[in-house]
Amino acid sequence: MTNMHILGLEEGGWGAALLLASGVTLALSVLGFILGAAFGAAAAAGRLSSRGVPAWLAHVYGTVFRGVPDLLTIYLLYYGGSIALTQIGKFFGSAGFVGLPTFATGVLAIGIISGAYQGEVYRGAYQAVDRGQFDACKALGLSRSQSLRLIIVPLLMRHALPGLGNVWQLVLKDSALISVIGLVELMRQAQIGAGSTREPFIFYIAAAALYFVIAAVTASVFRYGEARAWRGMVHA
Amino acid sequence: MIDFAFFLEIIPVLLAGLPLTLQLTAASMGIGFLMALLLALAQQGNRRIVVWPIRAFVAVFRGTPLLVQIFLIYYGLGQFRPSLQAIGIWWLFREPYWCAIVALSLNEAAYGSEILRGAIKAVPRGLTEAATASGMSKLLTLRLIVLPLALRQAIPNYSNEIILMVKGTSLASIITLMEVTGIAQGLISQTYRAVEVFVAAGAIYLTLNFTIISALNALEIRLTPYRARA
Repeated sequence: MTNMHILGLEEGGWGAALLLASGVTLALSVLGFILGAAFGAAAAAGRLSSRGVPAWLAHVYGTVFRGVPDLLTIYLLYYGGSIALTQIGKFFGSAGFVGLPTFATGVLAIGIISGAYQGEVYRGAYQAVDRGQFDACKALGLSRSQSLRLIIVPLLMRHALPGLGNVWQLVLKDSALISVIGLVELMRQAQIGAGSTREPFIFYIAAAALYFVIAAVTASVFRYGEARAWRGMVHA
Repeated sequence: MIDFAFFLEIIPVLLAGLPLTLQLTAASMGIGFLMALLLALAQQGNRRIVVWPIRAFVAVFRGTPLLVQIFLIYYGLGQFRPSLQAIGIWWLFREPYWCAIVALSLNEAAYGSEILRGAIKAVPRGLTEAATASGMSKLLTLRLIVLPLALRQAIPNYSNEIILMVKGTSLASIITLMEVTGIAQGLISQTYRAVEVFVAAGAIYLTLNFTIISALNALEIRLTPYRARA
């Protein structure tokens, strides 16, 4: 079998499996990024709040998960969660190790890690919104939630999008680490293919190429979003 | 419930991995920085035949996961053992230690070259013109004017890079190197106490990062005394 046949889409080729695994990588990254947006928004709200406890908690969250290796966070969630689950299993009479579902754990891990980064992005973007807009909201008699939803968040997204694009690239690359807990995403599928054909070089080159293509295509989505967010504005 | 005795027991075990984490970080940052500097300087000439391959290298290493790069170098190149032996560099790709350093250095070269390229661009044009006017050669201008200013400018970005590198070295544990994260994973599977091990290993990483950031901040303040005084 020649190298190109190994990656073929027909029977006996690994092409279809790799493409399917790319889909898993994309789904994992997108869901993790969305969950991270929720964590990030909460963290930014905490950092911006004038009360001490939420501000402190948000600060600790951001510092810890941006400063500790992502691999360590993934181990904490997977093993920590599985150990707790095993204890519960024992209580109900099951013997042996109960593993957490790997996809859900992966989404949670990426959500927690990217939330720490997204929090910083949202905080900076909020502070970049012109103060006059807040005054205008008050002058129009908008409630706090109305002004956030209708005025501030849409304006804030203009400033947040470039930073979010960077976080997204980080998320996509981090998703490869979820392979260590056994989820068959692109990286894991490449490992499986490399192991059973003894052709690691071609499989890791293929995986690198697929990651590169996903990164390039999704980056253009962010560029489009940015152009759209700034439409009608003249800026240097 | 917090078990202090357990912490006292595992912290020395985890600290045994710190020298390896530090070695990987220092070696990869050092080699990566030199390569980044060469790549950034090579792009100053604006020659397409030089600039394009460098751009491609940077795009590939920044656009793919570090884990894929490590596996490609460690497992992928192992497939070409006879050819590598023939040219005498097999020793480099046989050891996971060197493979990790090669992968991390190339990765750092890609990220660092973009930082340095920006920093060199930020050196005011007037300064290099003044250097030329006072009869300095190109090399002398580079050594006395451009590089000192550009490197100082690059410090904040570089401190971020070092933090990313410290975190990046944890991936070496996947190719069997027992640095702090590798030991932490072993401890978790032996003791079944994921939270405690995470807290202890996390504290080691946070202390390390905090020390690096403070040292570089101090360096930056020392190198920009006029700003500190203002």
